[in-house]
Amino acid sequence: MPTATYAGRSVTVNDEGFFEDPDQWTEEMAPEMARAQGIAELTDEHWRVIKFMRAEYAEKGTGPTVRVLGKTSGVSVKELYELFPKGPAKVAAKIAGIPKPRGCI
Amino acid sequence: MGARIVILGGGTGGTLAANRLRRVLHDDVQIVVVDQDDAHVYQPGLLFVPFGLAHLDEIVRPRQRQLHRGIGYRQVAVDRVDLDTERVWLNDGTALEYDVLVVATGAVLVPEETEGLTGPGWMEKVFTFYTPEGATRLHDALEWFDGGRLVVDVIDMPIKCPVAPLEFCFLADWYLKELGVRDRVELTYVTPLDGAFTKPVASAALAGLLDEKGVELVTEFNAGEVDGPGGRLISYDGREVAFDLAVVVPLHSGAPYVGRSPGLGDELNFVPTDEHTLQAKARSNVFVIGDAANVPASKAGSVTHFEGEVLVENIRRFLAGRPLDATYDGHANCFIETGFHKALLIDFNYDTEPLPGHFPGTVGLPLLKESHLNHLGKLMFQWFYWHSLLAGRDVPGIGSAMPERGKHEEPASS
Repeated sequence: MPTATYAGRSVTVNDEGFFEDPDQWTEEMAPEMARAQGIAELTDEHWRVIKFMRAEYAEKGTGPTVRVLGKTSGVSVKELYELFPKGPAKVAAKIAGIPKPRGCI
Repeated sequence: MGARIVILGGGTGGTLAANRLRRVLHDDVQIVVVDQDDAHVYQPGLLFVPFGLAHLDEIVRPRQRQLHRGIGYRQVAVDRVDLDTERVWLNDGTALEYDVLVVATGAVLVPEETEGLTGPGWMEKVFTFYTPEGATRLHDALEWFDGGRLVVDVIDMPIKCPVAPLEFCFLADWYLKELGVRDRVELTYVTPLDGAFTKPVASAALAGLLDEKGVELVTEFNAGEVDGPGGRLISYDGREVAFDLAVVVPLHSGAPYVGRSPGLGDELNFVPTDEHTLQAKARSNVFVIGDAANVPASKAGSVTHFEGEVLVENIRRFLAGRPLDATYDGHANCFIETGFHKALLIDFNYDTEPLPGHFPGTVGLPLLKESHLNHLGKLMFQWFYWHSLLAGRDVPGIGSAMPERGKHEEPASS
């Protein structure tokens, strides 16, 4: 398994950079990960989505899809794309330190 | 008095569950199936309608006639389920009390959730083949289509039969070549996924086929808006794909009554379900089969078919007060029509992705490889569906668990 270093701590990630173990994540790591995704600064709205992603993962064992995020997070899909232009479900999951959302098949 | 089993939905799952239950349970157990209409559609047949290879009268039959003797049928819409009082409220104001409830109401299309999709141009230059009406209207449109940009787009997952839009591309390539106009058509497949399909080995094989047939692949495209008059699909991140004729697979949800039944469904109206026992998370006396469940398997008739055995065994165990059998493995098996009288076959479950080899053993139908035999299998399947699958009979040699024999293990690339 590859590792990455955020906020001075080494964490286990998969080939695409998603956390394998959400417990290794701390809030201090998020800004650095966000910058790597082209997000210069995390606003309150970003944090709202990040915290929602982690809560959903803790409850359901997988991160929500963008459609479910739009229905349940209180942030519309359009706004989600403004916050995370490269794809809210994946990018927010990555910054939130949860595994890649399980794709539907 | 015997137990009362109420089955909501008289499609693939509800019908095969009712017929299997009737066979194994005592006569004093009452079984009632509820559905809002009397049109049982053989849904895999819809793919062929746009190309004139199937007609609606061949693929639609009355629901009640697929049910065996001793099974009640109520043609009425469901208003809501009250889990606490164990009652199903119907649209005519009456209620059915149950000891066991089976949710088999599948998935519905919600095209109105995508901006512009059902606006100007809908059913004129923007179609879906996922409904009988849409497939028929698309057939009429294709007869007049003699050049331009034909775009096939999946709005977002989950959808019924995730391979169907790919099959549509393959068949369109064949159909347009037969008509002699293929060189005047730009054919494009647009998907929200990061590849042609979800599973790596099959995704690579299917992407190869698209390429071979000259179909352009656009990935990670989450359509947020369809502009019918302007002929544009617009993604949430601002990209555009232009079309003259668009074939769209709209968003799917569970049945609306699930949303009106407190505690039963999730935010998309699918029912949270144990993926191995098929028992609903909400209550121990509620079971779920087919597309209505939120299990991480394809929404496909083969999944529903393979679930049937475990579902019926578990309802029997539940009624007898015994522990449930947690053996459903996510087995799915799909023929993928590739045009020119050929088809691929894929076979997989929760843990094993579609691999090359043969099905069901070391000798049999080739897996993940085009062959005429698979095409014949796909055609034969409709007979099997009406006469054997709905009746709840097993196919000799094909159990509900996925066969490991005959598959060539390849390291997955992810």
